[in-house]
Amino acid sequence: MTDDSRVLEAKNLSVEIEVPAGILHAVTNVTLHVDKGETLGIVGESGCGKSITSLAIMNLLPSKATRTASKLQLEGKDLLSLSERELASLRGNSMGMIFQDPMTSLNPVYRIGEQLEEVYIQHGKGNRKEARERAAYLLDKVGIIAPRERLSQYPHQLSGGLRQRMMIAMTLMCEPSLVIADEPTTALDVTMQAQTLNLLSSLQDEFKMGLILITHDLGVVARMADRVLVMYAGKAVETGTSQQVFDHPTHPYTQGLIQCIPVPGKTSNDGRLGSIKGMVPALIGDLRGCMFRNRCAYVSEKCHASEIQFNQISPGRGYRCLLEANECADNLEGNLGTEIVQ
Amino acid sequence: MKNDSSKSEIQSVSKPNEELPALECKNVGRTFMIGKSILSSKKPLRAVDDVSLKINRGQVFAVVGESGCGKTTLARMLLGLLEPTDGAIYLDGQPISEVDSDVISQKVQPVFQDPYSSLNPRKTIESIISLPLRVHGIGTKESMLERVSELMRLVGLPNRLIHSYPNQLSGGQRQRVAIARALIMEPGIIVCDEPTSALDVSVQAHILNLLKDLKDRFNLTYIFISHDLAVVEHLADWVAVMYLGRLIEFGPATEVLRNPLHPYTQALMESVLTPDPHKGLPEITFGRGLPNPLDPPSGCSFHPRCSKIKDGCDSRLPSLLPESDRLVECHLYN
Repeated sequence: MTDDSRVLEAKNLSVEIEVPAGILHAVTNVTLHVDKGETLGIVGESGCGKSITSLAIMNLLPSKATRTASKLQLEGKDLLSLSERELASLRGNSMGMIFQDPMTSLNPVYRIGEQLEEVYIQHGKGNRKEARERAAYLLDKVGIIAPRERLSQYPHQLSGGLRQRMMIAMTLMCEPSLVIADEPTTALDVTMQAQTLNLLSSLQDEFKMGLILITHDLGVVARMADRVLVMYAGKAVETGTSQQVFDHPTHPYTQGLIQCIPVPGKTSNDGRLGSIKGMVPALIGDLRGCMFRNRCAYVSEKCHASEIQFNQISPGRGYRCLLEANECADNLEGNLGTEIVQ
Repeated sequence: MKNDSSKSEIQSVSKPNEELPALECKNVGRTFMIGKSILSSKKPLRAVDDVSLKINRGQVFAVVGESGCGKTTLARMLLGLLEPTDGAIYLDGQPISEVDSDVISQKVQPVFQDPYSSLNPRKTIESIISLPLRVHGIGTKESMLERVSELMRLVGLPNRLIHSYPNQLSGGQRQRVAIARALIMEPGIIVCDEPTSALDVSVQAHILNLLKDLKDRFNLTYIFISHDLAVVEHLADWVAVMYLGRLIEFGPATEVLRNPLHPYTQALMESVLTPDPHKGLPEITFGRGLPNPLDPPSGCSFHPRCSKIKDGCDSRLPSLLPESDRLVECHLYN
């Protein structure tokens, strides 16, 4: 892997947010990287820091939040030392973001064409005519029929699936090298979801962008991502290729998440789903020990006291738990130790 | 006087005729008149068209389909919130239009999709859960409080939350509140409209397990509306697939979902993303979204998106006919 192919590299990225009750440790020491044409999936429940991680990369955090990192580079450019002005010229240009809900992230009073062209012109890529050409080209690329007519429509005239395609086209206007998609298909029907994901992955093949896919839907991650980062309570708890993580989940949290999903043909109609008891803990104040311990089936004394290290099994593959990797895997074969309600 | 009559109603609710289906739809349809502007004439939109169903007691009856296929309109009619424009709905064998709305709400209760918007943010949890009791004037303040605590225990909510407000609760807890509120009148039938689609997977598993436990314990009947077929397969006994307001496939859940006959059901099943990293993304054969329901396609309404289209699909309307162990509306079979 040469340095040219690395799109994003983040080391020890942390985000702390000041709240009335103290300091909220939203993200703690997350290390990740994305290469050209590669998809990194970030999974976890709501409140585990997935979205804050992506906002931290884009530097779009709320003003109360502070970001620290030992390294944060986009195509070799140090994002930590850039001024707000220089960052603004990167956002939408070399890095783009696709948000969850296309209805709230599009401006309802501007025509679609104007919203698409704005990015292009803003970043000095060309004049309005060229922008319109590019917009029509991309709308066609994302599978919108009669793109030129669509450009003069308003967002409310499009269906949810079309709006999300619009968002994707808008993100691609300046050919970004990094795209962060935050729950891009959660608001869509299953049929539209499959189509939108197909589209994203074929566009990625074509434009060779690095993609960070943030979702709580393990099905989406398993099918789309090359590598997976499982987050819990603001920390990375397991990393690996998607085969490694889904075939041999090592962290008890990853195992629990996988057990939660009903799978057609596998989960019987009479059976119960596995589930993780309890809730994500509040991340305010001094945090000690494993944050998953109050929900974990294999909890022991040691989990309370010490800081849990991230065990690297091989390059890119690791987990954050005191158990040995084979102990966790053995547990998966037997009783999953899942409970129903707290 | 009113209190007395509603009390006697509750007693009759507890002894429904077991022979009859809990709910039955006979050729039910609902047409909305949609006007583009005040000047142009209104056009009919057939949100639900000629749907006949029998929903048996103690079973989970799932309705699946894309957004805009009429699932929610059907649910609103079953709840007695919307009157059908065609056909009739029978609740315990009695036409729903003749049943008093008080009685319907004692027998059928809803759980809605979004627990963030379906709970009044200015009321405490106690007040939200006890609302049906107050509406029907049942019990004293003390007995209501006791009943609310009982229900909260039943759905797995800690009692300390009784004086909290919805914004202090997590999504899963809010959905539990909605379920408790639905159960407090001891209804036989619960209409769940996408009850878990706004929730995390881990929370979804809790809620699905809870719904299953409650069903077994109280012999409840669920009408379960969802577009997530994996969830439906896990829970449902019967499945009805809807497309543009019409029922296109109907049968036992395991049969319909493991061996779908209608090309639309097949496509829906293919789009379910199971967490299997060895499979890629499914190739979806139908390119376009749902057609405009104001101007539905001729013949079979699915034909513009169908991969198995043959002669006559665009002109002849198929009808819902029995095929092996179920009903299918497709020219491929009949």
